[in-house]
Amino acid sequence: MKIKYCDALVIGGGLAGLRAAVAAAQKGLSTTVLSLVPVKRSHSAAAQGGMQASLGNAKMSEGDNEDVHFTDTVKGSDWGCDQEVARMFVTTAPKAIRELASWGVPWTRIKRGNHEAVINTKRTTIFEDNDKHGLINSRDFGGTKKWRTCYTSDATGHTMLFAVANESLRLNVNIEDRKEAIALIHHENRCYGAIVRDLITGEIAAYVSKGTLIATGGYGRIYEITTNAVICEGIGTAIALETGIAKLGNMEAVQFHPTPLFPSGILLTEGCRGDGGVLRDKDGHRFMPDYEPEKKDLASRDVVSRRMMEHMRKGKGVESPYGTHLWLDISILGREHIEKNLRDVQEICEYFAGIDPADEGRKGWAPVHPMQHYSMGGIRTKPTGESPTLKGLFSAGEAACWDMHGFNRLGGNSVSETVVAGMIVGNYFADFCIENQIDIKTEIIEKFVFEKEAYMKELVSKDTGEDVFRIKNRMKRIMQEYVGIFRDGEGLEKAVSELEQLYVKSKNVAVKNKQLSANPELEEAYRVPMMLKVALCVAKGALDRTESRGAHTREDYPKRDDANWLKRTLTSWKEGDLMPTVEYEPLDIMKMEIPPGFRGYGAKGNLIENPQSAIRQQEVDEIREKMESEGKDRYEIQEALMPFELQSEYKRVNIRLGDK
Amino acid sequence: MARELTIKVLRYDPQQKSNGSVKAYFQEYKIKEADSMTIYLALTQIRETLDAGLSFDFVCRAGICGSCAMMINGRPKLACRTLTKDLPNEIILLPLPTFNLIKDLSVNTGVWMDAMSKRVESWIHSSKEIDIANIEEPVEPEVADAVFELDRCIECGCCVAGCGTKLIKEDFVGAVGLNRVARFECDPHDERTIDDYYELVGDDNGIFGCMTLLGCEDTCPKHLPLQNKIAYMRRKLATVQGS
Ligand SMILES: Cc1cc2nc3c(=O)[nH]c(=O)nc-3n(C[C@H](O)[C@H](O)[C@H](O)COP(=O)(O)OP(=O)(O)OC[C@H]3O[C@@H](n4cnc5c(N)ncnc54)[C@H](O)[C@@H]3O)c2cc1C
Ligand code: SF4
Ligand code: SF4
Ligand code: FES
Repeated sequence: MKIKYCDALVIGGGLAGLRAAVAAAQKGLSTTVLSLVPVKRSHSAAAQGGMQASLGNAKMSEGDNEDVHFTDTVKGSDWGCDQEVARMFVTTAPKAIRELASWGVPWTRIKRGNHEAVINTKRTTIFEDNDKHGLINSRDFGGTKKWRTCYTSDATGHTMLFAVANESLRLNVNIEDRKEAIALIHHENRCYGAIVRDLITGEIAAYVSKGTLIATGGYGRIYEITTNAVICEGIGTAIALETGIAKLGNMEAVQFHPTPLFPSGILLTEGCRGDGGVLRDKDGHRFMPDYEPEKKDLASRDVVSRRMMEHMRKGKGVESPYGTHLWLDISILGREHIEKNLRDVQEICEYFAGIDPADEGRKGWAPVHPMQHYSMGGIRTKPTGESPTLKGLFSAGEAACWDMHGFNRLGGNSVSETVVAGMIVGNYFADFCIENQIDIKTEIIEKFVFEKEAYMKELVSKDTGEDVFRIKNRMKRIMQEYVGIFRDGEGLEKAVSELEQLYVKSKNVAVKNKQLSANPELEEAYRVPMMLKVALCVAKGALDRTESRGAHTREDYPKRDDANWLKRTLTSWKEGDLMPTVEYEPLDIMKMEIPPGFRGYGAKGNLIENPQSAIRQQEVDEIREKMESEGKDRYEIQEALMPFELQSEYKRVNIRLGDK
Repeated sequence: MARELTIKVLRYDPQQKSNGSVKAYFQEYKIKEADSMTIYLALTQIRETLDAGLSFDFVCRAGICGSCAMMINGRPKLACRTLTKDLPNEIILLPLPTFNLIKDLSVNTGVWMDAMSKRVESWIHSSKEIDIANIEEPVEPEVADAVFELDRCIECGCCVAGCGTKLIKEDFVGAVGLNRVARFECDPHDERTIDDYYELVGDDNGIFGCMTLLGCEDTCPKHLPLQNKIAYMRRKLATVQGS
């Protein structure tokens, strides 16, 4: 039996995992990163549009700072987020981007003088001063007050991931790809690493460590159509769930992106609309201003997705053999702009839809339809990134519910979160690994290994049973149909009960291919039951949450209900159960820097207020007024309203152009 | 009428090597072509309905991550963005040559690429202490764009598979490695000199091994200017050798 020891074990080699590994390696810890695929192929590579950080460099970003970014993030979350974490995040994001610049990310830079941009379909000239020349540029994204999304053309995730991966190589992080964590080793509420299957040889080994960090990304592949890479199956989330001790937060909060290419689901970045592209219906009419006169095509993602669905329900969609869709028109940006800043978008349109989006008029319009895109939910953590219930288990990135996104994430806030959490959580994680020892008996580790070895053998031994692909495809269909953009009690009931039946079936799968090494069917056989557990957490959470918040839209409960639902859903899974256990964790309004209010979309009355909101608002106003009259600066006021902890290195004031 | 496609895949499982009877062979699959079908869609359908044991690699299925390079009718290509309608009725799929075979169409590019990155020290070398709370160093926009142009490599391995030199010289760093050197050479954050790069790739397994046959540039799915950059680096490094 193979046992490998290290100080710090990171499961997942996307942006979050690698940046956390760097934090551990910087502190001199022996650090191992596991990944299903070569780390540079992680899903993070697919992020196109960019990374939010309030540098305030460009003309259209002037006046941006942490406070503005914070407000956007809290509103974007529909008040579902943890505001302390959002504060930690916005304070560190500018440092993250500057660090990445020094590691060689070739951020698109500002050029002095006049340049043209398309704003609200009109060509506009923007002038950049001399002193901005060469600083990091930013573009517009949905739901943000300022142009805050920094980018490298439309390959932002790729350039970031390569820089962070190379930095890990430099620091001699031990990167092992084609290794899948299939269970966590834990004992007496403490995590000691993972049981890992070699995807080539099939060997099962124990990776034992002082601390374990899960950064395995989202679970979009439980849906039929998604923008996510094929490896985003939520197995990392599932192994945390399967401990029965760690809990998942807000699993029902699933984001749908407005503009994946139809029907393939390959994403066309929000940068398309950020740069001035617009949505059109079957008549070529630009419909978003009819619904959202203020933010138009750049309203928050959940809002745009819903409006698109609404518009199609009115018969304004374009009929095609695959179903109804709408158009995304970026041709108005001009060929030159597209060929420079939206090149991958252009290639994707050419390869997967056979069109050139730079062609003028209808010819260049791309068919789009909202699809699953991002998992706001994940492994529940404290602000330090540690599970509140399973000591020594940390999580970061899309796999985590650190909870700065609440019920809706803003575009550009995710890759930003991955590196920022990689820094902050990575540091807390490293400290944990320094302060704690491995004090688990070998026989306990062995038990975990033997159990999984026996499980694999059992899976390949059955000659008759269910077909795993059919179960998987059925699960995806159910999620698509009943746990999508619009949800209601009846559909969700159906989803939950059918998923439960599927889960039972999934334990009786027969694998046709009998070998234990490199065997894709065997992988499905052990993953699908785990995926079903994740799916059940999503569906059950959605069924029980009888309100609409952010991306969670209940047609039978259209109001955001702060009186009853200002709380985070926690799901856990007891061994042997067929259904998750659902509990709730309240959000404390009296501690919020921005108490719940109107988000700025739709009708104002669509909200059941919590009486505490007004009380807290008054308190906040008074503190602010008093301190302002005493000449206190914004940092002091912020501290008085909602103190938050952060490593001193990251808490330092961010310097911007024009600051003293 | 939808075409019937015959997809021939080279099957071989080196994991079963101890079992002497296991040999490489071609397996034929017949499937109906669907509208805008890619090799990714075709292979997924084969695995789900005809042969659950067939191994191949896809991640992003969008031409972004570089996982799915394979030989498609004799040329190294990204399978996820290759449309079957652009191919004849018979499609022959082979794993990418020169990399270690895992099984069937799946090859171990990751280990090779990581070693390449380490070999050319594919990271910024700088002696400066960076204060990340302070304003970043300005970079000429054109220079940032030029670095970005070379940073777009997705390590798919097509250039390596299409390279005659690599077939002869196992330790050849390949166009992907030479491109990486060129990328850091033009990055203002990197303080390495031409002499430093000479240390890394100034030999026959590096820049002087390249026979400039252009196999790399022809197959690069990201259309990187490999030929120009290799020629440029060769000129620069040749001056070191002369001195
Ligand atoms: C098409 C697309 C475009 C996007 N564009 C943007 C954008 O412009 N801006 C933005 O902010 N966000 C964007 N996002 C979201 C953002 O890219 C992701 O949320 C983010 O990259 C997730 O990073 P991560 O490090 O958490 O996980 P990932 O990058 O998904 O990495 C997960 C890692 O875990 C590994 N792994 C998984 N399971 C296991 C296991 N069981 N054992 C071992 N390893 C495992 C994988 O191999 C991988 O290395 C986009 C998302 C999509 C789908
Ligand atoms: S030009 Fe050089 S690197 Fe490119 S294929 Fe030819 S020998 Fe290989
Ligand atoms: S240089 Fe081109 S062909 Fe070679 S690995 Fe990079 S992207 Fe692929
Ligand atoms: S699967 Fe990512 S490039 Fe083909």
